[in-house]
Amino acid sequence: MTDRSKGLFANYDREEFFCEMFGGSAHPASHTDSIRDRMRTMKVPTLQRRAQSCDRELYNLGITFTVYSDRDAIDRVLPFDVIPRVLSRDDWSHIERGCVQRVAALNRFLHDIYHDQHILNDGTVPAELVVRNANFRPEMKGLDLPHGTYVSICGIDLVRDGQGAFRVLEDNARTPSGVSYVVENRHLMMRSFPDLTGNVGLRQVSNYGMHLQAALAEIAPASAADPKVVLMSPGVFNSAYFEHVFLAREMGVPLVEGRDLVVEDDRVFMKTTGGLRPVDVIYRRVDDAFLDPEQFNPKSMLGVRGLFRAYRAGRVSLANAVGTGVADDKAVYAYMPRIVRYYLDEEPILQNVDTHLCREPEGLAYTLAHLDELVVKPVGESGGYGIVVGPKATRAELEECRARVEQDPANYISQPVIDLSVCPTLIDGSIEPRHVDLRPYIVTGKESWVLPGGLTRVALRKGSLVVNSSQGGGTKDTWVLE
Amino acid sequence: MARYAERAENLARILDVNETFARDVQGANDWLPILKLHRDEEAFFERYKEATSENVVRFYIIDAENPNSIIYSVRAARENARSIRHLISLETWAQLNVSYNLVASLTARNLHLSELSRLCGRIKEGVQLHSGIVTGTLYRDQVWSFYRLGVFTELADQITRLVDIKYHALLPAWQDVGSPVDIAQWNALLRSVSAYHGYRRVFPARMTPTTVAGFILLSPRFPRSLTHCVSNIEATLDELLTNEDLRDISFPRDSLETLKELTSRSPERVVTAGLHEYLDEAQVALLDFGSQVAATFFYAD
Repeated sequence: MTDRSKGLFANYDREEFFCEMFGGSAHPASHTDSIRDRMRTMKVPTLQRRAQSCDRELYNLGITFTVYSDRDAIDRVLPFDVIPRVLSRDDWSHIERGCVQRVAALNRFLHDIYHDQHILNDGTVPAELVVRNANFRPEMKGLDLPHGTYVSICGIDLVRDGQGAFRVLEDNARTPSGVSYVVENRHLMMRSFPDLTGNVGLRQVSNYGMHLQAALAEIAPASAADPKVVLMSPGVFNSAYFEHVFLAREMGVPLVEGRDLVVEDDRVFMKTTGGLRPVDVIYRRVDDAFLDPEQFNPKSMLGVRGLFRAYRAGRVSLANAVGTGVADDKAVYAYMPRIVRYYLDEEPILQNVDTHLCREPEGLAYTLAHLDELVVKPVGESGGYGIVVGPKATRAELEECRARVEQDPANYISQPVIDLSVCPTLIDGSIEPRHVDLRPYIVTGKESWVLPGGLTRVALRKGSLVVNSSQGGGTKDTWVLE
Repeated sequence: MARYAERAENLARILDVNETFARDVQGANDWLPILKLHRDEEAFFERYKEATSENVVRFYIIDAENPNSIIYSVRAARENARSIRHLISLETWAQLNVSYNLVASLTARNLHLSELSRLCGRIKEGVQLHSGIVTGTLYRDQVWSFYRLGVFTELADQITRLVDIKYHALLPAWQDVGSPVDIAQWNALLRSVSAYHGYRRVFPARMTPTTVAGFILLSPRFPRSLTHCVSNIEATLDELLTNEDLRDISFPRDSLETLKELTSRSPERVVTAGLHEYLDEAQVALLDFGSQVAATFFYAD
């Protein structure tokens, strides 16, 4: 039976999941009324045609990630779905407050562990979890950063459970990527769907570059009167190079590679056609380990010799700070609610997903006993690699997972399977539910600002819960309504 | 980026004109001069048996292993553009992508002689559109100056090479200047660089090796001539050096002075004293100039 009054969505079935467009059984999504109204009259072939031209446009504009083979550079478009994901004003305000709170806690935590380590000394967070963490940088001890801002750019991955509640899946406190797609997706939607985007009251996203530039200028060393900011990229061979170009342009700052910078007397300079010019702030998209061959990986070709000395001397600021990786570790994540209460004396606004630490005996026992119900994740990986989703795994996969967890319990956490919310998605000529997550971007200089919306990633494979682009994920435009 | 784009256009011009020209005179030999022009005989005959039109066209348009091919040049232009994407306009990048996709999608089936002229036309237009977009959108700071230095250095290099090889190939025919074959060859040369019409306006009645070579190399009004390129290089450089940001820079001008002296000579003097030696000197000076730009502004060793 189809409901003709639903038009475009006549055959759409959200199944048992919470839907971003239609809500859940307990929460009718009234905020999408006007958008559904507009979409109802659209025909699937129209959507398909516009989707195709969107794809072509993304490719021609070079909004791509690049895969290098021996012979060629292959530009791939991150699949883009034209049906937007819409957030109500109330939901957004909740997310916004929750994200700001979380970043504040992360920054306080990082300052503490690189100074007096109160939180470790009183046992709130196990010390070895932090100081033995591969991403803990003892070199950072005692260094005071402007405004105590370690994480200038943070991406917090949120999912929505079956009841429609937002929960934090992970924190990205090193170099969260993807924000360029947020802005470009919006521009693409504005061009391709003027009939949908006009007069619905969308919060704009195209001022991201201005906010980012302003925040970076705020964390400059106090001695810099007119701070010079640069964006440091590993270079054209990096798969996120498009984003580096995008951000440099949007901020109006030079895009440099390590070889374009030199350090003299603990001061960083950029080589220009007119000679050396001082640099005050570096938004670096290069990992800690490759920043400075003198201090870290001596084989790094991407870094700048002496950069860390200049940093320690307070002559240059880095965003994000060195050593933030310890805070987005999946094991430290489990302690985030406690970390929020510890530093801010507030209840966390955004809840974690329940997490079992295999490093703890109870956690390990529970995980091994419920392997087929849980999602098991290695703590050090990103990009969705190494994740085993219990209910979807074969017996052999589960046994292999069990062996790995037993061998190195501290490297694993487990979480219940979350019924990620779905969003109507155009798949081969029909509108089907697909699971989505949300990554808001929080920019912090003196204070925090949250880009309204963020990146919605969608798992395009039927039933899949893994939204990462390396695992068959795409993106959607994310709308926050006024 | 500028240099590779100009190189692709030049290749398209040469192939186009040679195809038109080879239609009059039959025989596979007619494609040999193109191989000579780029000093590619060895590379070509390593992989192809005969210099047939099909093979040569394939070699210069879609053979990605040939560093003198159109596909190679367009790809290099695009990869260079990628590394300066933060400096060029979005339109510039988008159009380069479209051009690249056109060339990258070509297969041997698209290279029929009957379609060649149209195809070369499209490639040429792609590059011309590229320069138009750059001219219309590039922010006028140092990047613009360096872009122009690249364009004119490449054009100057190409024109000297073209004249050098054509002149040599045509030498035996000098005895019968004015014979139909000879005229046809000079015709082709002039047309390949879009100089025919301009030349005719200056020399409505005559076509001699000296006037043709002289026009192509030394006419200040012909936009691809050595003279025109050198004067643009000088003007661009002078403007660049007035930049406040570059006040501490000293640029060695010796190679530029050599080029200026070379372009002040008369066609007769150039031809009498030995055209090949003249062109050689010009090419060396252009190469020096390029290295000096790299060493002065871009920290090259």
